[in-house]
Amino acid sequence: MSRIHKEILERILILDGAMGTMLQAYKFSENDFRGERFKDHPSPLKGNNDLLSLTQPQAIKEIHAEYFAAGADIVETNTFSSTTIAMVDYDLEAIVYDLNFESAKIAKEVADAFTKKEPQKPRFVAGSIGPTNRTASMSPDVDDPGYRAVTFEDLRKAYKQQVEALLDGGVDLLLVETVFDTLNAKAALFAIEEVKAERDIEIPIMLSGTITDASGRTLSGQTAEAFLISISHIPLLTVGFNCALGANLLQPHLEAIANKTNFGISAHPNAGLPNAFGEYDESAEDMAEQIEEYLKKDLINIIGGCCGTTPEHIKAIADLASKYTPRKMTSN
Amino acid sequence: MSKQSITMNQQPIVKNYLKLSGLEPLVLNEHSNFINVGERTNVAGSRKFLRLIKEERFDEALAIARHQVDGGAQIIDVNMDDGLIDGKESMVRFLNLIAAEPDICKVPLMIDSSKWEIIEAGLQVVQGKCVVNSISLKEGEQNFIDQATLIKRYGAAVIIMAFDEDGQADTYERRIEIAERSYRVLVDKVGFASEDIIFDLNIFPVATGMDEHKKNATDFIEATRWVRANLPNANVSGGVSNVSFSFRGNNGVREAMHSVFLYHAIQAGMNIGIVNPAMLEVYDDIPTDLLERVEDVILNRRDDATERLLDFAETVKGSKKERVADLSWRENSIQDRITHALVKGVDEFIVADVEEARLQSSKPIDVIEINLMAGMNVVGDLFGAGKMFLPQVVKSARVMKKAVAYLNPFIEKDKGASIKRLGRILMATVKGDVHDIGKNIVSVVLGCNNYEIIDLGVMVPPEKIIETAKKENVDIIGLSGLITPSLDEMVYLAQEMERQNFKVPLLIGGATTSKAHTAVKINPAYSNAVVHVNDASRAVTVVGSLLNKSTSNAYVASLKEDYAAFRETFLNRGKTKNYVSIAEARKNKFKIDWTSVNLQKPKELGVQMLQQVSLKDLLPFIDWQPFFKTWDLHGKFPTILSDVVVGEQATQLYADANAVIKDVISGQLFKPKAVFGLFEANSDAKDDIIISNRGKAQVTFRTLRQQLKKREGVPNIALADFIAPESSGIQDYMGAFCVAIFGVEELSKKYKDQEDDYTAIMVQSIGDRFAEAFAEYLHKKIRTQHWGYSHNESLSNEELIKEKYLGIRPAPGYPACPDHLEKETIWELLQVEKIIGVKLTESLAMWPASAVSGYYFANEHAKYFGLGKITDDQLEDYSKRKGITKKKAQKWLFPNLANQ
Repeated sequence: MSRIHKEILERILILDGAMGTMLQAYKFSENDFRGERFKDHPSPLKGNNDLLSLTQPQAIKEIHAEYFAAGADIVETNTFSSTTIAMVDYDLEAIVYDLNFESAKIAKEVADAFTKKEPQKPRFVAGSIGPTNRTASMSPDVDDPGYRAVTFEDLRKAYKQQVEALLDGGVDLLLVETVFDTLNAKAALFAIEEVKAERDIEIPIMLSGTITDASGRTLSGQTAEAFLISISHIPLLTVGFNCALGANLLQPHLEAIANKTNFGISAHPNAGLPNAFGEYDESAEDMAEQIEEYLKKDLINIIGGCCGTTPEHIKAIADLASKYTPRKMTSN
Repeated sequence: MSKQSITMNQQPIVKNYLKLSGLEPLVLNEHSNFINVGERTNVAGSRKFLRLIKEERFDEALAIARHQVDGGAQIIDVNMDDGLIDGKESMVRFLNLIAAEPDICKVPLMIDSSKWEIIEAGLQVVQGKCVVNSISLKEGEQNFIDQATLIKRYGAAVIIMAFDEDGQADTYERRIEIAERSYRVLVDKVGFASEDIIFDLNIFPVATGMDEHKKNATDFIEATRWVRANLPNANVSGGVSNVSFSFRGNNGVREAMHSVFLYHAIQAGMNIGIVNPAMLEVYDDIPTDLLERVEDVILNRRDDATERLLDFAETVKGSKKERVADLSWRENSIQDRITHALVKGVDEFIVADVEEARLQSSKPIDVIEINLMAGMNVVGDLFGAGKMFLPQVVKSARVMKKAVAYLNPFIEKDKGASIKRLGRILMATVKGDVHDIGKNIVSVVLGCNNYEIIDLGVMVPPEKIIETAKKENVDIIGLSGLITPSLDEMVYLAQEMERQNFKVPLLIGGATTSKAHTAVKINPAYSNAVVHVNDASRAVTVVGSLLNKSTSNAYVASLKEDYAAFRETFLNRGKTKNYVSIAEARKNKFKIDWTSVNLQKPKELGVQMLQQVSLKDLLPFIDWQPFFKTWDLHGKFPTILSDVVVGEQATQLYADANAVIKDVISGQLFKPKAVFGLFEANSDAKDDIIISNRGKAQVTFRTLRQQLKKREGVPNIALADFIAPESSGIQDYMGAFCVAIFGVEELSKKYKDQEDDYTAIMVQSIGDRFAEAFAEYLHKKIRTQHWGYSHNESLSNEELIKEKYLGIRPAPGYPACPDHLEKETIWELLQVEKIIGVKLTESLAMWPASAVSGYYFANEHAKYFGLGKITDDQLEDYSKRKGITKKKAQKWLFPNLANQ
C-alpha cells in the first residue's frame, strides 16, 4: 500500500487551489513567458502558463510552497495543458517532455522540503493531466456530427508521453481532471495502464469530471452515474468533480456518485461562479462554509479548489477539514 | 421481456453486478428483469440494414437504431461484418453518428464482430461502457488473454462464446467445460472483473428432425443453470431466434417457441438476450394446445414432439392485415379531382392533375383562374359556412401553392399573362416584436381567397412598411403584435400613414391588441378605416367588404361610427372605478405571518444553465389547449379530439402535430436551452425585491401594486408581498429563469420555402408549446430538486398544467407584472444572452420567439393576480425607484394607467 493510500484512510486530504489565478498576480510579460530559452520562438507565448515551469520556475515553486504552507497535502504540477495536442497552439509540441518532467521535478522538490520539515504530514505531488482542447466523442462541426477532430489513438499517444515524463519527474500520483468528454479520460486511463504494465509499477490515480449543466450531465452528455461506470474499470484512488461550478452547485453531483462507488471521492470546485467580468470572487469563508456541507454529509476524501481559489481559500478549507473524518471506503 | 416480468430468481448469492453505460447507466441487480438487446442494426441479420449501410444511407440506418431503443431495447447490438462493406470504417462512422443522437446513445452499445480490428476500432469511439460481442478460446489461450486484456483496458464487458480450439460447444458438458476454463483464465490470469463476463452458451435450433438436435434447448438451459451456480457474478446471454430456425416462415409458432424458450432459460438464470421484441408472444397468451406442443419440443419431453408440433403448426400461420386508403375519388373528372384535393388538402396527386388540366386548357393561367379557383371557392364557402376549419384551409393553401408553383414556369413563358387578384395586402409584425403565427395564418387564409400577400415578416421598422406600401401600391396594410410595446408602434404607424395621406385601410391583429385599444388609440389617429381583426375567418369577410367598391364607403363609415361609439363608452366606463393612493394600497398589502411560514433555503443557490434536455422529456409537459386555440379550434384537451363539431379536425391536426414532433425529435431539430438562478431575496417598504448573493446586493426587481379600491379584507397585492421584508429579519429567497427553444424559425422557414405554410405554421406553434412545456418542466425541477421545497411532490401532468403546485412563476409582461422592462433586470441577473443566447429586442420581446422568462416565488401563499390599473402617484414613484423618466415609465405601462 502506497503512503497516500494509508493517509487517505486516516484523514481528509487537501488538494491545492488554482495555479492560473496565482500567476496573474505576477503580471508576467511576453518576454517573461519566453525567458532566455524561447526568446526567438516564432509564435506568441504569453498566456501559456505551463511554459512558466521552464522559464519562471521560481514563481511556480513559490506558489506550490504557498499552498503547502496553507495546509495542502497535495499540489498539482503545472501541466494542465502539457500535451502535444494542447501545445499545438503555441508550436511547442517538441518540448512536452521537458514541460512535464520539469514541472514534476519542481513540485517534488518543494514537497520534499515540506515533508522533511513536517514528517508527520507527508506532502504529495499529483501530475495534472488536463482534458486537452479537443473532444473525442463529439463533433466540432455542426454539419457533420460524425466528424472527430481528435482520435483515441492521438489522445492515447499524447497522454502516454505526458504520463511518462511526469513519472520520470517524480510525481506521487496522477490526476486526470476537468473531464468533459469521458472518451478523452478513457484514453488517458488506457495510456496510464500501458505505462503501468510496461514499467510494472502501481501509481495512484485521481479522476475528476466536470459538469456544467443543471441536468447533471457532462458536456458529452453522460449522467454522473454513467460517467462513473465508464471509468470504473481502472482502480482509482478517487473519483470526483472539479471546475465549472461553485461548491454549492457541485454538491448534488458528488451525492449522485458517492454511494455508488468504493473509490474515494474528491472535489475541487471553483470559487463560485464567474461574475460579469469573468472573475471568480467568492471569499474563502463563503466557500469553506459551503464545503462544510460536504463534510457534514460525509462525502469527501480529498478536497481542494479550482478556478479562482487561492492559498487563503485552501487554508480555510484545510482548517475546516481537520475537524472532520474522511468518508469511509473500502481500500483499493 | 417486460411482458413476462420474470426476475432473476433464487440464483446463488452474487455480490457484484454488471454495470454498463451509454449516456445513462444500465445496472443489473437482483431486481433486474431480463436485459433485451436490440438486434436490427446488424448487417448479418438484417438485409435492410445492410443495404442502407452499403448505400451509405446513414440517416435511415440511425432511424433503425432509434426505433429499437424506442421499442424497449436496453442495449443496441451493432454488427458490420459483411464482405461487401469496409466493416471497420462503417463501424466507426455509425458509432460516431450514434454518439450525436442522445435518444439512441443513452443506452449502452454492443460492439459485435468476429474481427478483432473492428471490435477495437469500435471500442475507441464510444465513451460509455460497452459490451464486446464476442471473443473465445477458438484461437488459443494467448490470443484470448491478449484480447481480454485490451478489452479490460478499454473498459468494456465481454461476451465469451462457448468455443475453443476444438470447436463450438454443442453438448451440456462441452458448454460448462469451456465456460469454466474461460472464466478461470479471465479472472485469474487477466484480472477481468467477473461481473463483466457474459457467456453466450450457443442457442441451437430444435425440431430439426435430427435426433442429435433434440437436446439443444435443454442443454443450453441446464448449462446456464450450471454457470450461474458455479461461476460467481458471470452472466448468460444468447441469440434467441436461433432456437426456432426450423420454423422459418411460420411466425406464429416461432413467437411461441421464443417465449417458451426464454421462460425456461430465464428461470435457469439467463439474464441477457438478443431478441426481436416483435417476435415474442406473451407466454400466458399462448393457446394451451400450442403451448403444450412447443414445451414438448423445447424441453424435449417426448420422442414425437417435433412431428406433433409440425402437424399443429399448419393451423397457426399468422396473417397480415393491411389498410388501403380509399382512392375512388381518383376516378372522377379533372375538376372534381382538383376540388377534392383542395378541400381535403391532399397534395399527393395535385401536380399530375394540374398538368392534365394544363394540357386541356388553351392557356396555362386558365388552370389557376378556372380549375383551381373553382376549388378554392368551394373551400372559401365551406370555411365561411363553418363546415371547414382553419387547419384544413391552411392545408388547402399548401395544395394550391404546390399547384401554382408547378404552373408558374408555363405561365411565365406565356407572355402577357398574369393572375388576376382581388387585391394586394401588406402584412407585417411591427418593430421590436417577433411573434407571427397569427399573422401567418391570416396571410395564408387571405392568400387562399385570391388576395396577393406581401409578407414583410417580423420586426419590421415603420419606414419599411410605409415604403413598401407605396412602392407596391397595396390595397390594405395588416399589422400584428403580441407584446404591449407593439401597441405603441401601431399607433405611431397610424399617425405616419395619416401624415403621409394614406388612404388604404389598416388591419390590426395579434394577442396584445384589442378592440378597445384599436378604438381608443389607433382609430382616432387615422382618418381612414382601422379594423381590429383577431381571427382568420373574420379577416376574409372584413377584407372583402373593405375592397368591394360598391359597398366600401358605407362599410368604412359604419366602422368609424362603431369605433367612435365604442371609444366613448369605454372611456366613460374607465372613469367609474375608484382607486386608492399608493401609500394607502401599501398599507393594505397582502399580509403574511412571516414567523409561521416555512421558508426553505434553496439547495442550490446561484445561476445554472440547462442545455442537456431531451425534447422527449418535455413532451408530457405540453399543454395542448392553446395549440388548438392557435388553429381556431376551441375546446378542452383531450375531449376536443372527440368533440362533435371540431373533433375530426382536432384529431387530424393533433396527428399532424405529432408527426412533426416525431421528425423534430428524431432529427434533434429543436434545441432547448435554459438558464435559471436561485437567490437570497428580501422586499422593502417600496415594493422592491432586493436580490443578493451572500449579503451583497445584485439587482432589484421593482414590483407594482394593485390600486383599485378593494372591499374590506381584500388586499392590494404586489409580488413583493410574497417575499419576506428586510424588516422581518428573515432571509427569504426567489428565483428567475429564461427557457427557449432554438431552431424553430430555421425549420419553419425551410417549410415556407417549400411553399408548405401548413407545416411552417405547425412548426412555429409546436415550438411555442415546447417552450411552455420546458418552463413547466423546469419549474418542477426547481420545486423538487434545485430549490427542493416540494421534493416529494407527486402531481400528474394534468395537475401540473392546472398549476396545482406550490409556488408561482409570473412572467414580466403578463398580468401580475405587466412591466416588460423588468426583463432587462432578469437578463442582467442571469446573464441570459451571454449564457444561452436569448436576446431582447428594442420592444423587449425575446428572440428566439419560442421563449419564456419569469420569476419563481416559492411561498405557499404566493398566487397569480392581475395588477389592473394604477394611478399617477404609483407611476411617479415607480419611475423614481427605477431611475427612469416618468415619460419612459408611462410608455411602458400605459395599458395599466387609470387615467389613460
